Amino acid sequence: MHNKSVAELSRELESGRISSVELTQQFLDRLKTEDGKYNSFITISEEQALAEARAADEMRAAGKATVWTGVPFAHKDIFCTSGIRTSCGSKMLDNFVPPYDATVTANFKAAGAVCLGKTNMDEFAMGSSNESSFYGAVTNPWGLSGGDKRVPGGSSGGSAAAVAARLVPAATGTDTGGSIRQPAALCGITGLKPTYGRVSRYGMIAFASSLDQGGPMARTAEDAALMLNVMAGHDPKDSTCIDREVPDYTATLNEPLKGLKIGLPKEYFSDQLAPAMQEQVRNAIREYEKLGATVKEVSLPNAKLAIAAYYVIAPAEASANLSRFDGVRYGYRCADPKDLMDMYTRSRAEGFGNEVKRRILVGSYALSAGYFDAYYLKAQKVRRLIQQDFINAFREVDVLMSPVSPTPAFKQGEKNTDPVSMYLEDVFTIAINLAGIPAMSVPAGFVDGLPVGLQIIGDYFSEARLLNAAHQFQQVTDWHQREPQ
Amino acid sequence: MQWDIVIGLEIHVQLATQTKIFSGSSTAYGAEPNTQANAVDLAMPGTLPVPNEQAFRYAVMFGLATNAEIGRRSVFERKNYFYPDLPKGYQTTQLAQPIVGPGYVDIDLADGSTKRVRIHHAHLEEDAGKSLHEDYHGMTGIDLNRAGTPLIEVVTEPDMTSAEEAVAFAKKLHSIVTSLGICDGDMSQGSMRFDVNISLKPKGSDTLGTRTETKNLNSFRFMEQAIAHEVERQMDILEDGGVIVQETRLYNGDRDESRSMRTKEEANDYRYFPCPDLLPVEIDDAFIEDARSRLPELPDARRARFKEQYGLNDYDAGILSADAKLAAFFEETVEHGKDAKLAANWIQGEFSARLNAEEKSVAEAPITGAQLGAMVTRIADNTLSSAGAKKVFEALWTGENNDVDAIIEAKGLKQVSDTGALESMVDEVLAGMPDQVTQYQNEEDPKKRKKMLGGFMGPLMKASKGQGNPKLFNEILVRKLGG
Repeated sequence: MHNKSVAELSRELESGRISSVELTQQFLDRLKTEDGKYNSFITISEEQALAEARAADEMRAAGKATVWTGVPFAHKDIFCTSGIRTSCGSKMLDNFVPPYDATVTANFKAAGAVCLGKTNMDEFAMGSSNESSFYGAVTNPWGLSGGDKRVPGGSSGGSAAAVAARLVPAATGTDTGGSIRQPAALCGITGLKPTYGRVSRYGMIAFASSLDQGGPMARTAEDAALMLNVMAGHDPKDSTCIDREVPDYTATLNEPLKGLKIGLPKEYFSDQLAPAMQEQVRNAIREYEKLGATVKEVSLPNAKLAIAAYYVIAPAEASANLSRFDGVRYGYRCADPKDLMDMYTRSRAEGFGNEVKRRILVGSYALSAGYFDAYYLKAQKVRRLIQQDFINAFREVDVLMSPVSPTPAFKQGEKNTDPVSMYLEDVFTIAINLAGIPAMSVPAGFVDGLPVGLQIIGDYFSEARLLNAAHQFQQVTDWHQREPQ
Repeated sequence: MQWDIVIGLEIHVQLATQTKIFSGSSTAYGAEPNTQANAVDLAMPGTLPVPNEQAFRYAVMFGLATNAEIGRRSVFERKNYFYPDLPKGYQTTQLAQPIVGPGYVDIDLADGSTKRVRIHHAHLEEDAGKSLHEDYHGMTGIDLNRAGTPLIEVVTEPDMTSAEEAVAFAKKLHSIVTSLGICDGDMSQGSMRFDVNISLKPKGSDTLGTRTETKNLNSFRFMEQAIAHEVERQMDILEDGGVIVQETRLYNGDRDESRSMRTKEEANDYRYFPCPDLLPVEIDDAFIEDARSRLPELPDARRARFKEQYGLNDYDAGILSADAKLAAFFEETVEHGKDAKLAANWIQGEFSARLNAEEKSVAEAPITGAQLGAMVTRIADNTLSSAGAKKVFEALWTGENNDVDAIIEAKGLKQVSDTGALESMVDEVLAGMPDQVTQYQNEEDPKKRKKMLGGFMGPLMKASKGQGNPKLFNEILVRKLGG
């Protein structure tokens, strides 16, 4: 069963060949025995999962089942789950059990899905290797046979590794600068970052509010579509969430791609990209040409400024978003504080890891009197230029295609002492968050036995088209079916 | 040396919305600590603000009532600082693009002139919670019921030149927001709080001196005292050749003392930036016109109408029109009492005195305008003397009886106005006081005569068992004694 997709498991449950309780127990057993190798879960919520499975079986018996009813999956530990610890990968929230559900959590519950637990992640979603988690690094299921432990990417590294290792068929992720797409690429799965405002952020612990977006991580585009059907939609609790009709994302998966106009941003195919990576991506694009798509080169002249702008805006927002973790109302508080200032400084010094502290410092600096104009305001201007580049490109083409990451999965410890080289991991993904447009990562080949992702970038609210393009690719390729050994 | 005083005010006005500015929690005052604070107010992880439309409507109404430009694009920013009663670690407020732009208010001065005080802008923001420093044995308690209560902060230009002007402005603003119904105006509950910026400059100089800010004054009286105190403090320093330090000060009204809270150097760098959880709010014409249609009669217009409609003098009209609830009480009284001047006197006299003595607001008064009006009617038609009226008022106030005529009946307060009966009483009393009658008639000084007339009233009232109409007694006396 563990090799089946969400769509397939749903059909198994529908046929009555297996109950949700049985299925859930099988996945839980496998999870408990296998995850020691990957550390992809922070919390396994067995008791709640079995209760949800029983409820799902009753829901099905009552004739009220949805596609998701009884299907196991997992949430990134950034989505608040009522009654289940939500740590955000941080010591700061190691003791935090929210009394409320994120809207995304509530949506999956309403659909009858069974959450097995909470997946590992970079602390507060800050990282590209999942090495900054308080709960330890996650190991990529790929590349283990070579004897090296490799990173799964980040920050949704736990979700990506768990899906790749067949511990769950699907898991939620969040993407602020590439945190769904890059781990999806490094773990050989399918991930989608929706348009900003497509999925509610309520109850999703904030890193950088104007960039954060939740999205699906699964093995197939079809499963990602099934997830997005549940995740997307207006939420009155999030005033940045857009009130716009949600299509059935599975309905257009089989549309032919003939005539699809693909643009290749020349800035994303520079000489700096390793030839082997470039070759895999170009091979994938040739598959699209066989499917009837046309290809042309386009330019995103300001793309090179994206990392610099991002590393001002995201830390600036984070510096304020993380102020609430002060030891006063919940979360970590230092032992025996002398006075208020001591409580603040030690709770935060002891509760946050180094990468989080680094970003709070950078963000606070960028917002400081005398620096605000030169950093924050300038970065916002660059952001608008980048957005305009994409708007211009989508006047010429339907989608853009590019690599997701400059390299395949690197070794644990290789980059985590050099923040700048780590930040460059997101060179192809970050501009998309700044523009607020949707993009996917689709398995597109291997380099040295490690997965390579193809990024498909679309105009605002073009998720259905992206999923269609990914699904059609997956009908003629089997990269997404490969299983790590 | 002669000094000019320069005063600007920042006034926090709590808006009387049912729920908070960014959450659905109640804003009612006085609940058990932390019972009106939900996950959003507590800044639990992942929670998000959702703006309260009514707060915007109230702010726009305020702008329209103060002749201000309305900010068509209203942007919230984060003001970052750590404090235990500020759950998010930042206050959501407005800076560069506030909802209310420049406006003005005209105030009346003691010499009868009016003065225009300009408002620089007014912005929407959320209130913080409260830190409770007592009863926690060396620790501090945090109550977040107030956290997220909507405020408008009104910032004036430094247009006031004395404590009197500053208080007049503050009272006028109080009158406007309570008339609009956008604030309950209850200063004892912190519904309006004042920060006062004060500087001195040599008389006639164009250059402003260094200012200080005295924060969180919550009554007109404290504000007046704090200004007097700070002006004196600055004057002493300047006249000794010292310099004023730009700082924030706290004033203790009970001791008439102030102390420095923080200097400019110690001030926080608040690192303002636009709040990414809240989109800019576009205020369109329809919203503004809707707000305009909700504007009630404002104090200035009401004052003019009271003079015109009820024949009140400027002073009475000013007092009775300033407070919306008092104005409504007055109009209800007049509706049932006809004589507006008498009604005005009773409301400003006995009625206000009792409210003050019992620390009650107009809304909490135990009598209605209709009851007071019924009483005024009985004074006007000579049924009640003023002494009798006081007894009726007392019975109404204590709830002993709420029907004016029944009280008059029960207490035997009906005046005797039958001139025949009164005349015979006068004859009887004068007959028993021949010496005093002679003295009176020999007295030439009209003042003394008037005083001597009073000597007959006591026996007359006694003879009539307190029910004789004093006015008629007076007339009869004067006539019988020969002018």
